[in-house]
Amino acid sequence: MPSVFLKTLIGSFFDLLPIVVVIGFFQLVVLQQPIPNLLEILIGSLFVLIGLTLFVQGLEMGLFPLGESLAFAFARKGSLTWLLIFAFALGFGTTVAEPALIAVANEAAKVAAEGLVIEATEQARVDYALGLRLTVALSVGFAIVIGVLRIVRGWPLQYLIIGGYLGVIVMTFFAPPEIIGIAYDSGGVTTSTITVPLVTALGVGLASSIRGRNPMVDGFGLIAFASLTPMIFVMAYGMIG
Amino acid sequence: MEQKFLETLWGTMADVLPIAVIIVGFQSLVIRRPIANMSRVALGFLYVLVGLAFFLQGLETALFPLGKLMAQQLTAPEFLTGVQPAGEVVSELDWTRYRWVYVFALAIGFSTAIAEPSLLAVALKAHQVSGGVVGVWGLRIAVAVGVAVGMALGSYRIITGTPLHWYIIAGYAIVIIQTLFAPRMIIPLAYDSGGVATSTVTVPIVAALGLGLASNVPGRNPVFDGFGLIAFACLFPIITVMAYAQVSAWWAKYQ
Repeated sequence: MPSVFLKTLIGSFFDLLPIVVVIGFFQLVVLQQPIPNLLEILIGSLFVLIGLTLFVQGLEMGLFPLGESLAFAFARKGSLTWLLIFAFALGFGTTVAEPALIAVANEAAKVAAEGLVIEATEQARVDYALGLRLTVALSVGFAIVIGVLRIVRGWPLQYLIIGGYLGVIVMTFFAPPEIIGIAYDSGGVTTSTITVPLVTALGVGLASSIRGRNPMVDGFGLIAFASLTPMIFVMAYGMIG
Repeated sequence: MEQKFLETLWGTMADVLPIAVIIVGFQSLVIRRPIANMSRVALGFLYVLVGLAFFLQGLETALFPLGKLMAQQLTAPEFLTGVQPAGEVVSELDWTRYRWVYVFALAIGFSTAIAEPSLLAVALKAHQVSGGVVGVWGLRIAVAVGVAVGMALGSYRIITGTPLHWYIIAGYAIVIIQTLFAPRMIIPLAYDSGGVATSTVTVPIVAALGLGLASNVPGRNPVFDGFGLIAFACLFPIITVMAYAQVSAWWAKYQ
């Protein structure tokens, strides 16, 4: 156990080295400024290192087995309905409270108020941001449902995703211009650090427990749906709202 | 510091709460079977929780303030005009004046993607599932190159003020063409890699760079032009991961 911990710690060190080098180089060489609060930065970096090490350990012990055991349990139970309800709940529940999404939704409400899409009142902004958050959360719930259904049925991923891209392109020409940037960005902000491993393990677990599915070809792809559908749903939200 | 750490821990717990409620709910009401190695899984979950709190707190004290400040400083007019010879007056800033911005966008995009825990998680899983064919570092470097190129190109777009959707549509066209030729095994993983790359570490830095550019470049409105960088960082890894697989397949054949 201690040797595994040490190995992970060394791995984490190398994971974080590039970002430290980049920031150090730009601060000292390009901007030619001293590094402020050096002690605080050293302590912070140590925190990042410990945090990443613990996270990686917990990943192998907790999140991966959890996602896989859920997949096996649902496969054994054999109820597609419950599996899909679970998929929706997981997608919706993990997204609605996502801090990155809350930040983007608030920014988007500012844009809408300035673009005179909504009234420039506090209430209108709060309503708009909440509506956007619910839209994105719904879209991620929907994405995991479609993604899980695809694994169960063995549909090829590329047709669905490319079809989705074409949908995004077509909608771009009809959606109000000020929503497009927000819509495109919303795909990237929905997938948090805890959701990604859990959902990946779920997909791979499902693909491994269903006969005729290949975990590599069929198991991945859930995240792809979760970063595609928000774009479509948010543009639709802009068109309706 | 201690106070702040507790706040971060509390915040992380609040993020995890919906997931925990859903899993415990389905586990006890629908599945009705205990999870194998329950105590080990619970300990692992605790590690993830505490680890993430440490990670975020560390980023907040060490890297984010400096990274965000840097994004502001590199795009500030004083820094950009300071590069040119004395006596010369510039009325309009040429896009090449922003060269350090592009270098920064490339470097910070690459390094934040390497530090991204969710990318590491997916790379570990892909390595395991593919029986070692997909390398952990190979995949991470391919994704990081994609984020780097995406951020540099996204910065160029904000600086020149060209419409976002043409870039994204062109990117999709490349993805569609590559899909026809890339090894079938890599396609789902490549599609996943976009969403995976834009997470805890990348999003705040990317957002700061976008905001810095949009508020400092003449003629840009921070409210409208700041968006779009995350979309770039999300799209280009798909292209680079498929390219990585194509090159590896070609190399194997060539040898």
